[in-house]
Amino acid sequence: MNKKTVVTCIYLFISQMTSANSVDEMFNSYQKAGVSTIKSNAGKNLWDKSFTANTSNDTRSCTNCHGSDITKAGEHARTGKRIEPMAASVNPKRFTDVKKIKEWFFRNCKWTLGRECSAQEQADILSYLNSQ
Amino acid sequence: MKIIVSTLLIFALLLTTSIIMGGNSFHEREEYDSEDNEFQNYSFRQPGVAPVSNTYYVEECGSCHFAYPPGLLPASSWGKLMKNLGNHFDENAELNKNMLDELTQYLVKNSADKSNFKRSKRIMRSLGKSDSPLRITETLYFVRKHDEIPYRMVSNTSEVRSFSHCTACHTHAIRGYFNEHEVRIPGYGKWED
Repeated sequence: MNKKTVVTCIYLFISQMTSANSVDEMFNSYQKAGVSTIKSNAGKNLWDKSFTANTSNDTRSCTNCHGSDITKAGEHARTGKRIEPMAASVNPKRFTDVKKIKEWFFRNCKWTLGRECSAQEQADILSYLNSQ
Repeated sequence: MKIIVSTLLIFALLLTTSIIMGGNSFHEREEYDSEDNEFQNYSFRQPGVAPVSNTYYVEECGSCHFAYPPGLLPASSWGKLMKNLGNHFDENAELNKNMLDELTQYLVKNSADKSNFKRSKRIMRSLGKSDSPLRITETLYFVRKHDEIPYRMVSNTSEVRSFSHCTACHTHAIRGYFNEHEVRIPGYGKWED
């Protein structure tokens, strides 16, 4: 094993650890907020579900920008900007920062559902994305 | 005596060449354009627009769209835009209070009205005193610069989509250069008017 491989292994190990930590931290906070069971299949259903916008007749869904195959990159519906895959298995950097997880849930739930997501909804979605 | 004269001549020649060469390399980066009546003051200004220098700005705003250099709009525009991130062109782009303050300060501090870069100056000159457009594409300077480009090259293509998508055609936009010689329109190639 050369030096490069060792460094890569250590990096991957650490990034996996931090990833697990951030997701666990989120799950702990959801449990504190009263969530007892977390279901990733409910998260998938919510991911694919369409909602009608508050201000227009547009239908909105997580898939508008992220696509329904979360192992693939998405594209911002309006600007076309590439969005890296959401599935933790192909994008291990995705859930490594609690602040970012909260921030994007806040913004994107408000746009997609027209309101903030409940702790249960967030837990289910995060579990789905983290399981893929 | 002859030697002194010829030495002086060589010096003079070298000096002129270097001035011409220096001038040329500058022109290569930013084209001379006929609207510029302050050509003699050219060297006091920098070409293009100041590139983005705030990593939070790139991270927060650049996740969804090209991180537009702050020198493309006046401070009053940025102030208005940042007050309404809950409805940011029909998207939610809300920030927490600290980040909102930090980024607003960055945008206002580096806005077009405070910049010495050529494009920023031109944009400001094209606006009325109380104008604070929310879109760069609404500034008269932008409109004038793009009015010869047919819509079919931009709006109906999957690669460009709209005039808001600077980087689709301006190959050096990230560095703050919008020179027309660096334009490559997807599916069409170079653009020279």
